Amino acid sequence: MSLRSYVIARVLLTIPMLLLLLTLVFLITRVLPGDPVLLHFEKQAKPEAVEEFRQRLGLDKSLPEQYVDYLTGVLRGDLGKSMQDFSPVAQQIFSAFPATLELAIFGMIIAVVLGIFLGVRSSRSYNTGEDHVIRTFGIATYAIPVFFLGMVLQLVFSIQLHWFPSGGRIYPGSEPLGLNLGGFHLATGLYTVDSLLEGNLSKFVQALRYLFLPSFALGLVLCGIFIRLTRTSMLETLRLDFVTAARARGLKERTVVYTYALRNAFLPILTMMGLQFAALLAGAILTETTFSWPGLGRYLVDRIAFRDYTAIQGAVVFFGLLVALVSLMVDILYAYLDPRIRL
Amino acid sequence: MQTERGRIIVQLIPQFVRLSKRGMAGWTVLIGSVIVVAVVGMTLLAPWIAPHNPIAINVGPIMAAPSSEFPLGTNHLGQDMLSRVIWGGSMVLQVALISVAMCVAVGVPIGLLASYAGGNTDKGTSLVMDSIYAFPGLVLAIAIAAMLGRGVLNMSLAIAVVYVPSYYRIVRSQVLTIKELSYVEAARALGAKSRSIILRYVMPNVVPSVVSVATINFADAILTAAGLTFVGLGLSVAVPDWGWDLTYGRQLLPAGAWWVIAFPGLMIVLLALGFTLIGEGLSELWSPRLEQ
Repeated sequence: MSLRSYVIARVLLTIPMLLLLLTLVFLITRVLPGDPVLLHFEKQAKPEAVEEFRQRLGLDKSLPEQYVDYLTGVLRGDLGKSMQDFSPVAQQIFSAFPATLELAIFGMIIAVVLGIFLGVRSSRSYNTGEDHVIRTFGIATYAIPVFFLGMVLQLVFSIQLHWFPSGGRIYPGSEPLGLNLGGFHLATGLYTVDSLLEGNLSKFVQALRYLFLPSFALGLVLCGIFIRLTRTSMLETLRLDFVTAARARGLKERTVVYTYALRNAFLPILTMMGLQFAALLAGAILTETTFSWPGLGRYLVDRIAFRDYTAIQGAVVFFGLLVALVSLMVDILYAYLDPRIRL
Repeated sequence: MQTERGRIIVQLIPQFVRLSKRGMAGWTVLIGSVIVVAVVGMTLLAPWIAPHNPIAINVGPIMAAPSSEFPLGTNHLGQDMLSRVIWGGSMVLQVALISVAMCVAVGVPIGLLASYAGGNTDKGTSLVMDSIYAFPGLVLAIAIAAMLGRGVLNMSLAIAVVYVPSYYRIVRSQVLTIKELSYVEAARALGAKSRSIILRYVMPNVVPSVVSVATINFADAILTAAGLTFVGLGLSVAVPDWGWDLTYGRQLLPAGAWWVIAFPGLMIVLLALGFTLIGEGLSELWSPRLEQ
């Protein structure tokens, strides 16, 4: 199969999955027992007020009509109106998303770097004390709730030692502006990138300091799977002939391990990064709450507190679409890098 | 190797007896089991061993650090943290147990039937299961829990939906291999009915994988339940719960009251770790691939 037909087949497979996913969310939010509007008011509103409320949100129509509205809305990028202030949910989500993306990217980088480093060490000291300690650490990371780890880091490094700020994204008022060249304006919403675009190094350092604890908590919780993957893959590779040959030619051990052997682990790690994206988002939701990080997770948690069911639905749909898109991209990238997949 | 696995059920019991002689994996299972039994035992004995009523307020001073009188300190309501830690596992354990039972009861039969039937039934079911599997689990659980409202059953259901596909997938992959094996083919040739083939030949083979998925599922369910509580979808505040103590403890952190979060948090870690160790050990013991 050529790459092109593989991509087409993979995209076509995504469509029914997306439709199922959207239907699932609709079933959960509209069909499952529990009327979102009544839940929102906690049974404390006049019937007329409730009826008007329903009309404004389009929830007075029949279920099939609502379903069609909902699907066509998603296609147009419309995720409905918030129960809180009737503003478009999609807009609120898009403004909160860069914060989550920035946290997720740094969390993933920390998880992968830490995972590869420890995984390689573990495989090189196979079946020794060091190997057991690293493996146990890897298993322990599965059992730690990220918000608990976040609170411990907060307690030690910000409340006790004052090394890092305990929450937020940047000192209020010093949000980076991005690039401004004449009439041209470019801002990504990622504070680390925007501060560099602005050319303001002190803001960049500040953004990194705010980012460090939350992304470290997230990275630490996710690194276990990368440790295991790297270890297994390295144990297999280090036994192969080409590694022995490389050693026999007198190459430095570091070169053999990191340049020759680790290259074989690259594809599985890449795939795992895609597979872990859903876990990363789940972790981000909880981490954001711990560190008052103004991203999507915090948005979702705030909306839960306000019983804003349309916004909850919108956020859930957005998370679902995002994960589907990322897994599609990873699969395509994988097929591009490894032609065997396309067979 | 595959025909060997047919007898694996019979082998299960001696494996548990001689765990300490089965190397690293055996020790992992043993340590995990000790942790889980200890935590479950503590929770069951809570009415007799807790020094104070876990929900009574002003039992001691407000936010007192650990002392000889209150070994784990007190919280902002003057509740005894030791008593709350001893009692705090009951809800989490119930939720985890019910959700795992729901998952097994739904995921295993669907996996067995759909993949044994093959064809479009298998394709359709797989598509649905893959869609749920691809969804970020916590987000899906949040959506369901938010709609269903508070309650042990509702929370268990929210968690169960997320993990059904894991059982489906593991059962399906096993059935696809097993149903091509010669002894299953022989049984079919002898005129055995599909039902008895599934129950007598296929099912026993999937039990080990289901058990190891279930233990990992236990750990995940405990973490997800704590996560749901943390985002504001927990059970009643009136019931002592580690998740709630963590959630409230967050506001007490700036005052330096580390003991309010440290102990409930460590209990969650310990319980989840116990189940994870059992699951990791079991899958290593039962997977011939890793024996090398």
